[in-house]
Amino acid sequence: MLGQIAYALPFLAQGFAVTLWVSLLVVVLSLVAGVMMGVGLVYGPAPLRWAVRIFSDTIRGIPILVLIFFVYYGLPAVGIHLESFWAAVLALTLFKTAQVIEYLRGAVGSIPKGQSEAAMAIGLTFRQRLAYVIFPQAFRRFLPPWINGVTDAVKGSALVSLLGITDLMHAINQVIGRTYEAMPLYILGAVIYFAVNYALSLASRRLERRFSFIRE
Amino acid sequence: MGYTLNFNLIWRHFDKLWGGLLLSLELAVISIAIGIVIGLLLAVWYVSAGRVVRSIIAAYVEFIRNVPLILLVYLVFYGLPTVVDIAYSAQTSFIATLSLYSGAYLVEVFRSGLEAVPRGQIDAGKAIGLTPWQRLLHVRLPTMLRITLPALSNTFLSLFKDTSVASVISVPELTYGAQWINFNTFRIVEVYLVVTAMYLFTGYALLYALRLVERRFRAAH
Repeated sequence: MLGQIAYALPFLAQGFAVTLWVSLLVVVLSLVAGVMMGVGLVYGPAPLRWAVRIFSDTIRGIPILVLIFFVYYGLPAVGIHLESFWAAVLALTLFKTAQVIEYLRGAVGSIPKGQSEAAMAIGLTFRQRLAYVIFPQAFRRFLPPWINGVTDAVKGSALVSLLGITDLMHAINQVIGRTYEAMPLYILGAVIYFAVNYALSLASRRLERRFSFIRE
Repeated sequence: MGYTLNFNLIWRHFDKLWGGLLLSLELAVISIAIGIVIGLLLAVWYVSAGRVVRSIIAAYVEFIRNVPLILLVYLVFYGLPTVVDIAYSAQTSFIATLSLYSGAYLVEVFRSGLEAVPRGQIDAGKAIGLTPWQRLLHVRLPTMLRITLPALSNTFLSLFKDTSVASVISVPELTYGAQWINFNTFRIVEVYLVVTAMYLFTGYALLYALRLVERRFRAAH
């Protein structure tokens, strides 16, 4: 039994690499999209605010699995052909972007209004206000929940196995299909996912403590 | 090339979606009910227990929270019966998984809720001569429940969405219904539009109802 699993380890490692690659892409892309849309939600004109609000509430209101299937099966029907890998990344990015929007809104919203007003009073432009006054302060509020939320991307990435992408989850199922050693392999998979996510949530907790000296 | 929407086939098979939605709700309700029991017992135990018990409970919570739900679903349905002599339907297996899953999240919710009960209330309970058990039952738990109600409704809503994962072991809930129609009629865009609307409408209707309940029981500060 152990021999079979040891034999499968390189294959599982390849799957794990795909899991990390998907997660990394999703985390980076959603950070960029989410921060831009989050700024739109907080400071934008009314139509933009509504659009972002509707986007975020819709995405957060449906299961990730439905989102993945919708993007994967739905896009070709409207003439957009994406490889399953990129369809999965797109769907997970949409899901994660909605989260980032809410983290950003929460973090920026926690900065007292006086800060913005003071920055305006000394003649800073909108961009300068964001870059020198709001973001440096909001960053401390944004970072811990965001890092903790990266675990959602890693956990969510396991769903891409359903599109036939050989990530860690799919690799495990394939090895089980050949060896019939279901329990040891699922436990091995759980331990790997756990190690990654637990490290992330520890990092988040440490940062939160490190930033906790800041008085409100 | 345009794609013409045609909802006729969706309506013809709508019973699959409607039945699926009801099953999704049922799975979420049963799982959160069991999860609340697990969460309450472990949270109360945690706050009064020694270091060993605390570590065991914390290990359960951290394990569940850091592993993808889909893996837990596979593990309980395909893995567990290979080592333990038990047999269960996909639905029972999923309810067991989702209950353990929600239980882990709720231990955290209830534990922080118990810690948030104002010291003065517990002291007041002592002052009027309540036993520790009475203080728990009549003072700490009711206040804790009021404090945790918003977190509890959020957990329920995310469980409702998580029931979609049951489709991977062919439990005929809403997402499974969508896939069935997708594979049998190829009205892909239509079925996912309808299913998205069903998840959204049900989710936000539940959210609205739960917010009303929360307002009714809001903790007085």
